[in-house]
Amino acid sequence: MIPASEKIFQDKVDQDIRIEPKDWMPEAYRKTLIRQISQHAHSEIVGMLPEANWITRAPSLRRKATLIAKVQDEAGHGLYLYSAAETLNISRDEMIGQLHSGKAKYSSIFNYPTLTWADMGAIGWLVDGAAIMNQVPLCRASYGPYARAMVRICKEESFHQRQGFEILLVLSRGSEGQRRMCQDAIDRWWWPSVMMFGPNDDASPNTAQSMQWKIKRFTNDELRQRFIDVSAEQVKLLGMRLPDDQLRWNEERQHYDFGPIDWEEFRNVINGNGPCNKERLAARVKAHTDGAWVRDAALAHAEKRAKAQKQDQEAA
Amino acid sequence: MQTNDTGNDHGSWPLWEIFIRSKQGLDHKHVGSLHAADAAMAIANARDVYTRRMEGISIWVVESRHIHASNPDEATSFYDPANDKVYRHPTFYDLPDELKHM
Amino acid sequence: MSLQHTIDYTLHLADNALVLGHRNSEWTGHGPILEQDIALSNIALDLIGQARYLYQYAARLMNEGGERKPASMTRGEITEDVLAYLRDSWDYKNSLLVELANDDWGKTVLRQFFFSTYQYFFYRQLQRSRDSELSAIAEKALKEVTYHLRWSSEWVIRLGDGTEESFSRMTKALGELWPFTGELFQPADYERSLVPAGIAVDLESIKPFWEQRVKEVLDTAGLTIAVEKEWMQGGGKQGKHTEQLGYLLAEMQFLQRAYPDCEW
Repeated sequence: MIPASEKIFQDKVDQDIRIEPKDWMPEAYRKTLIRQISQHAHSEIVGMLPEANWITRAPSLRRKATLIAKVQDEAGHGLYLYSAAETLNISRDEMIGQLHSGKAKYSSIFNYPTLTWADMGAIGWLVDGAAIMNQVPLCRASYGPYARAMVRICKEESFHQRQGFEILLVLSRGSEGQRRMCQDAIDRWWWPSVMMFGPNDDASPNTAQSMQWKIKRFTNDELRQRFIDVSAEQVKLLGMRLPDDQLRWNEERQHYDFGPIDWEEFRNVINGNGPCNKERLAARVKAHTDGAWVRDAALAHAEKRAKAQKQDQEAA
Repeated sequence: MQTNDTGNDHGSWPLWEIFIRSKQGLDHKHVGSLHAADAAMAIANARDVYTRRMEGISIWVVESRHIHASNPDEATSFYDPANDKVYRHPTFYDLPDELKHM
Repeated sequence: MSLQHTIDYTLHLADNALVLGHRNSEWTGHGPILEQDIALSNIALDLIGQARYLYQYAARLMNEGGERKPASMTRGEITEDVLAYLRDSWDYKNSLLVELANDDWGKTVLRQFFFSTYQYFFYRQLQRSRDSELSAIAEKALKEVTYHLRWSSEWVIRLGDGTEESFSRMTKALGELWPFTGELFQPADYERSLVPAGIAVDLESIKPFWEQRVKEVLDTAGLTIAVEKEWMQGGGKQGKHTEQLGYLLAEMQFLQRAYPDCEW
């Protein structure tokens, strides 16, 4: 027999009534949400690194400014998500600890290197494009703080994708070297972006439960198909090609057929063997470690101030 | 866990809840939270993170531990891009009309 | 006073803003805590924004005045990007303070504090410039700089009066940065020539304000300047830089140099 509280909870979810921090929720729901939200947050933070690489080398002042703004947005997104996760009774420090120890995962895509300026375009167009596809449905996620964070994130994300596409568009209309740069970046970022949607549905045991809880609104394969369909059209405007010989419009399915995904690569990258896993994590750990004296000092100063204020009040 | 005069666990910056009243707004709305070592920093951070430094906005910060709640029914907050950061507007980019889904 | 002096003056201001904005942007993704990553990136964006207005103005003056383009440029007119990406370090006129490597967070916030205090009093004066473009840019920039000044002051105090470690790092940073603060108030020839016409700020007039504000904050932070009348480093305004600018520009300008005459 289902306990009353759980029934009330599921009824709310079914009726699209938001679950808020003080509401009763199944422990499994809470744990899953913590993992999902913090993983998303970690992805935003780690995701800053491959793009931050190119800030000092951005080839025009306008690009420099917009790239800084984009990476800064990603910091903000991480912050909104950590904030949402903290309402579920886990601290930012705990989550950071999980990331740094390797216990928590983040999106595999950020373990790939950014080798040329065109990568900034490819990441904006494909990686953010894939992220948007995933995130828009989550604006109606069942957990209130998560949904609200997603709404704010989605508003900012659309400029990221357009920025990326525009970078590639300009390159595609440029010199021979620039056109080569554009195609090369697409060649390297396409498959990792397709893998961003996760394993096939039949290899995703958690999907059914997540969908019932409405913390996932579409399956991995559904989103992936949508992404491929949309991107296959968009790439034509660049005069470039996606690196998939089997990519073909299927009139019957009304979708694009596409080639096989290298799940071996995906598994390896997720498990720490990607080109940049070690560097990404090392950079985050270094920033945190190097920053310890700063955080300690700020706290010590706040304590001194609080003490002084107390003494002033007592003396008055 | 030992607490200091600011009442926090040693070593971590306290969590603050942020409330913003927009230029045209009537009340402060809860927009989220962030970590800061003191109130001045919390306000500065809130300005950076939640308003992208729009002028004429009122910010309240309260340490999360000081908030007592029944069942919060928070309104969704309104996001306004900072006016001169034109490139934050999706419409700023000159993209072909045929481009769909962006 | 001549058009060339106004151009040089504008480039000096633009170079200051760009180089410091660039240095600050190096922290993106590596700050001590997420919220501060955002704060410093915002400051970098403001500075780059100021630089862009100033470069655009300088470019306009140069195009109107029939200025010769830098040797490495083959296309028609001078733009903000030509000025930022195709001048070598001997043409850069920024003060040395802003090109120094970041080192740790303490040195970064202290450098920001020294520079923002200068920019605050400087732009406050420049608002009254007879050059309407410069005064307009100053007015806009002043709002941002007011915030930079408050942010950096608070951090200098936090770190000066924090832990023993933060105090010793700030003391070290102060010793390293102080010799570069003098140049902020040493006018270049092009600055001096523009003062009588009311175009440039008379640096002598703002120096006392800077000194007072700096002293107040350093006192609150518990930091003392070891040698008051120290020999000051200079030359940046005249294009004689530290070894660090060369590396900074090499990184910043690489793409434009490797793929000349391209749109990005």
